[in-house]
Amino acid sequence: MSLLSLDALTVRRGQCPVVDGVTLSIEPGECVGLIGPNGAGKTTLMRAALGLIPHAGQSSLSALPARERARAAAWLPQAREIAWPISVETLVALGRLPHDSRAGALRADAVGAALSRMGLEGFRQRKATELSGGEQARVLIARALAQEAPLLMADEPIAGLDPAAQIATLRIFEDLAQEGHAVLTSLHDLTLAARHCTRLILLDRGRLAADGPPLEVLTEDTLAQVFHLRAHMLQTEHGPLLQPLGVLS
Amino acid sequence: MRLALPLAALVLALFFTSLGLGYAALPPRAVLGGLVGLGDPLHVMVMQEIRLPRSALAALVGAALGVSGAAMQGYLRNPLAEPGLIGVSGSAALGAVLALQSGLAAAFALALPLMALLFALGAVALILLLAGPRGGSLVLILAGIAVSALAGALTSLVLNLSSNPYATYEIVFWMMGSVADRSLTHLALAAPLIALGGAALLTLGRGLDALTLGEDGAQALGISLTSLRLRLLFGTAAAVGAATAVAGAVGFVGLVVPHLLRPLCGARPSRLLWASALGGAAMLLAADIAVRLILPERDLKLGVVMALIGAPLFLHLIYKTRRGL
Repeated sequence: MSLLSLDALTVRRGQCPVVDGVTLSIEPGECVGLIGPNGAGKTTLMRAALGLIPHAGQSSLSALPARERARAAAWLPQAREIAWPISVETLVALGRLPHDSRAGALRADAVGAALSRMGLEGFRQRKATELSGGEQARVLIARALAQEAPLLMADEPIAGLDPAAQIATLRIFEDLAQEGHAVLTSLHDLTLAARHCTRLILLDRGRLAADGPPLEVLTEDTLAQVFHLRAHMLQTEHGPLLQPLGVLS
Repeated sequence: MRLALPLAALVLALFFTSLGLGYAALPPRAVLGGLVGLGDPLHVMVMQEIRLPRSALAALVGAALGVSGAAMQGYLRNPLAEPGLIGVSGSAALGAVLALQSGLAAAFALALPLMALLFALGAVALILLLAGPRGGSLVLILAGIAVSALAGALTSLVLNLSSNPYATYEIVFWMMGSVADRSLTHLALAAPLIALGGAALLTLGRGLDALTLGEDGAQALGISLTSLRLRLLFGTAAAVGAATAVAGAVGFVGLVVPHLLRPLCGARPSRLLWASALGGAAMLLAADIAVRLILPERDLKLGVVMALIGAPLFLHLIYKTRRGL
């Protein structure tokens, strides 16, 4: 049973298609990286898949009623908004909103588990707005984890995190996938994408340019064509390493 | 809960203090007896037809302004928002001013509040038309500012062209806001609408909590922003429209009360909603008591006192925020 299936999903801004006929599906156990240059349509694809913006074509998620969709997929937007100085614990508990309030006992567990997964137990009572940018990002990821949805969709979740936190976050995503959830995350760090994702989806000007295992997607040809990047894919003992060499004009 | 009890107790204490104040000094027994219709018929008349409407309206108007201020700040995610921002109070004032100027208010006692209400609803309809049912919060603010400015300009125009100095005098005094000399009819008109609007606004808690994460975040948590916006607009129009219709323009409550209570609610928008309703009631009751204690013979206006209390309080809050940064 796939957790997300898109059929010819298209989003137009005026006449110009920003996402152009994308068809794909995501199964439990997958940690999918969504890559592509700036403006390729990564964010738009995910927002349309969730039904947050009008679109043509089918998305299994946007067809669901709002509350049910919120239980099927958690969404971590790129803009890290925390409007009020609420406590970290309260903020993470917002992830429980789509669930029945009857599941009160479960709620405490989910919030606690999400906090400890992101290494935030010590922050419970701190005001979320007083944390550093990177800490806020981790709190917001914990909020999405507390939602305990089968599918987690994240828009550049590791931008602005320190290197250790970047790797730790992607490890958590891998763990989630191994536990039978699925993750769809947009990324710009191609080395991290190659090492931590089970599958990569490459968007180029709104179109699906490649979809498959990381090493099949990240070839020197596609990097040149889509990213205008001259790069070597090195195989090291620690896994793949992408070495950018220059920009193609 | 730790906040609810003290606030409710404060409102009750202020309510009964307010009932005990008036031209004639009544002993507490006569106050309570009169309220339930026992004792001297004169006391019963004073209590039920003069003091009860005044105290009840002060509490209701304060609650309406407080809860809609909290809802508006929660929706716009901006501590500077207030219920007047979407033009409801400005338009209600315009309706009232037209009723006074045209002489309708003199011909028919309820013409003024009814006109005010009609204009408040008209303002919401206009905003919905301008912003569209799916318009974001920024469009809503801009539409509200446009409607407010228009209502303000038309109110000034009425005053400008007024050839009747008595009507002008009445308009100026009405716009200062007051709950003095209101009847049970005023209370019967305003109470159901404020209750209805307040109930609509109190249902926003979940949605406003989710909006802490931004509009996208809230929508992805299963919140329908379209329904939230409609409930917010109609709740505010009913509550603030009715409050303005019977009490005139009373500013600062919707701005200052949520500000004061936010730290005590752990900044949660849902808890701030009902806390601000109680806090607003307490603040307006206190201001109305102050009005009668400071210059009893000069008919000091509630809106004036509220602004005199509210502005320094607000300055103090800004000063505290500045030090916190």
